[in-house]
Amino acid sequence: MRLNFLLVLLPMLMVLSSGDVQAEVYPSTYSPLPSETTLITHATILTGTGERLDDASLLMSNGKITFVGEGEVPTGVKTIDAGGRWVTPGLIDVHSHLGVYASPGVKAHSDGNEMTNPTTPNVWAEHSVWPQDPGFARALAGGITTLQTLPGSGNLIGGRGVTLKNVYSNSYQGMKFPDAPYGLKMACGENPKRVYGDRKQLPSTRMGNMAAYRAQWISAQRYIDDWVTYEKKVADGKNDAKVPKRDLKMETLAGVLNGEILVHMHCYRADEMMTILDMADEFGYKVTAFHHGVEAYKIADKLAENNVCGALWADWWGFKMEAYDGIQENIAIVDRPQGSCAIVHSDSAEGIQRLNQEAAKAMTRGNLAGMDISPERAIGWITSNAAKSLGIEDQTGSLEAGKMADVVIWSGNPFSVYAKAGQVFIDGALVYDRDNPDLQPVSDFELGQLQGVSK
Amino acid sequence: MKTLKTLLIASLAAFSLAVQADAILIRGATVHTMGEGGTLENTDVFISGGKIQRIGKDLPIPQDDVYVFDAEGKPLTPGFFAGITSLGITEVSAVEESSDGSLALSEMRPEFDIVPAYNPNSSLIPVARIEGFSFTLLGAGAKGSIFGGQGRLVALNGGYQSFIGSSVLFINVGRDASSLSGGSRAGQWMLLHQAMQEADNPPASNDARLLTRNGRNTLSAYAENGMKTVFNVDRASDILEVLRFAESYGLSPVISGGAEAWMVAKQLAVAKVPVLLNPLSNLPGNFDSLGSRLDNAAILEAAGVTIVISGAGSHNARKQRQMAGNAVSYGLPHEAGIAALTSNPAQIFGFTDDQGIIKRNKPANVVLWSGDPLEVTSVAERVIINGELIPMESRQTKLRDRYLPENPDMPRAYIKP
Repeated sequence: MRLNFLLVLLPMLMVLSSGDVQAEVYPSTYSPLPSETTLITHATILTGTGERLDDASLLMSNGKITFVGEGEVPTGVKTIDAGGRWVTPGLIDVHSHLGVYASPGVKAHSDGNEMTNPTTPNVWAEHSVWPQDPGFARALAGGITTLQTLPGSGNLIGGRGVTLKNVYSNSYQGMKFPDAPYGLKMACGENPKRVYGDRKQLPSTRMGNMAAYRAQWISAQRYIDDWVTYEKKVADGKNDAKVPKRDLKMETLAGVLNGEILVHMHCYRADEMMTILDMADEFGYKVTAFHHGVEAYKIADKLAENNVCGALWADWWGFKMEAYDGIQENIAIVDRPQGSCAIVHSDSAEGIQRLNQEAAKAMTRGNLAGMDISPERAIGWITSNAAKSLGIEDQTGSLEAGKMADVVIWSGNPFSVYAKAGQVFIDGALVYDRDNPDLQPVSDFELGQLQGVSK
Repeated sequence: MKTLKTLLIASLAAFSLAVQADAILIRGATVHTMGEGGTLENTDVFISGGKIQRIGKDLPIPQDDVYVFDAEGKPLTPGFFAGITSLGITEVSAVEESSDGSLALSEMRPEFDIVPAYNPNSSLIPVARIEGFSFTLLGAGAKGSIFGGQGRLVALNGGYQSFIGSSVLFINVGRDASSLSGGSRAGQWMLLHQAMQEADNPPASNDARLLTRNGRNTLSAYAENGMKTVFNVDRASDILEVLRFAESYGLSPVISGGAEAWMVAKQLAVAKVPVLLNPLSNLPGNFDSLGSRLDNAAILEAAGVTIVISGAGSHNARKQRQMAGNAVSYGLPHEAGIAALTSNPAQIFGFTDDQGIIKRNKPANVVLWSGDPLEVTSVAERVIINGELIPMESRQTKLRDRYLPENPDMPRAYIKP
């Protein structure tokens, strides 16, 4: 009941909170780079929707995919004969800190964790993003076309994440994925309780973590109620209607309760994920994805039942107690149930460059454990499932007519350590070409370094 | 359930073989000997008494009770090197009482030796071993000193004293200007020179001194005995300074990190100084590594520098293979990639044929791979340590086998693979 009420309310809130009708704040200024109609022929295509097409064609026009499959192809357009090479959707990393923990990793670039309060839903990662991070170019060379930059996990509620197109720009707004929903980074377990417990403040325990999240959701409900009451009074023509004070923290949390902001929650242990799902029920919101989830395999069925994605590593484990039970079959087991949503994520400026290799390892381990995971299925872990968790699956993450032309041509089977992204297209524009140094972007930071050193 | 049974049977079979057979004959492998023999196609390897007894074509079965298996042409390599790690030294990185890799005393203690902390029963060791890793260099670090202390090569065979070769000293120079160096890398060199001079010529009792008597003795030993000193260093100018420093005190240096080593490849080759590197490092992570690039390994190897893959860490040491594969993808010859995981580290740190080589009359530490050992879709199929097939089991495989069955009647605590 509450949810329905809120669905009506929140668009109103966006208007009211600023006093006037207001456009989106910090709006995307991204526009696709110049492109020409391009046809890729004789390609081995993994569509991202579970299909593999051999000796097929893909046509990109005006930034969109206009044709995928076999059959008649137009002539007179720029044509790339893939010669059997593999073509996939542009890869999507749902967990990155590029821009907020930029290279070089000096203290001045440490902008990802606002660890001055355990709950900071008022901070937005995009306000920390340094668009000159050299990591964006490295990720592009690894076939990454879209990424979500998140705040860190020092806080229970770390702040809003931002989904970016992987293009260089003078501003993050120029990278911001148009109309993508915001993410909210939350964190379970050891990190928040360590950070704040060391300061002898709440939370210092897992039960303290829960108490603090719940207090925030209760405040958010009251915030919404205050606005509803105010609105009603205005509608009823009452003179004592007083505008509630705008609260950035509560605006974000209200956005979650309203279903407009997607929760991405760092959570390792199976039991904690189950507790969080109960909390989501208590307050009527949804967890979109658990991130890291080293123990997700223990509750794979529950994740699928609840329609929650698991954004996971292929093999990283053991760096802390809650990561002790890691297994290499985690992703494959999470992928197994009907209705699952397994994602390979990086959380790393190195890993984001090789998401295809990480997916290959996870696929291999699943198959050795008796599952039957094909490349056409596994590619979904780094494309369509990732897009789903970011709320952009209608726009990108698969090679289908009408989708954004975010496309990678690989040097070989992408599920190989030797495969490289050869050409990367974003919205139909060729933004990276391994064979053409002119189409390999260099950040301002790296320009002109090591003068005199012959490379 | 069928899946689980298959897995259980497979692992039980491997275990019983280890117990039952006196000898092993591997038929028809592609044997990467990593020695003078080179790579031998369709070759048999006979193992008994813990050692490689014969390598050749169509070997006879010389005795009863030999376990024979067909390698079907798959690659057989020496067991791989896990890099500089804390295997057996750390269990959970963030759990301080389970991690002994770093000394927090704020003074110079080059005599600090990690070896007594080694625990071969750590759960991390089977995790690495069943992925084909048979030896590692135990690293030592210090939170308050340029001197990290000493480590040593160890065979991951479960032995309490399976150490190989001499101790190895670790020194950190560069951006991590420690509290002891006054915050300047020039201060680091000032102190390092002072320490070496103290070792050579102990100061009078009343003089301020950097080192304990044991510390002086430790440094003297490295200067006199040719034992390896690993310098953690990235910047090209710092690497050249390491070469000058080492030469002036008779140290035998090894570079670890070496992000900009390719820029001084010629000097490293002339000085015959090996480099341990992470081939995935291609970001300017700091101002010492602006020159990071994916073909660092390939450039160094082409210049004649001996390279070793290192940097996957303790828990995920198995990623070393992927790292080597990426180096090959960026120009390192494939066989050099395997050498960087086998013979190179064994020779540099162990001066030994006990690891890193498939050679007659030497310990049998070998791995049969499902395919190209540097490929992410390949796995170690059989691992032989000291002449015995090991059970392909770790805490992780047991967790896997506990959670693979769907919808068990009883809690999974009753499933004990």
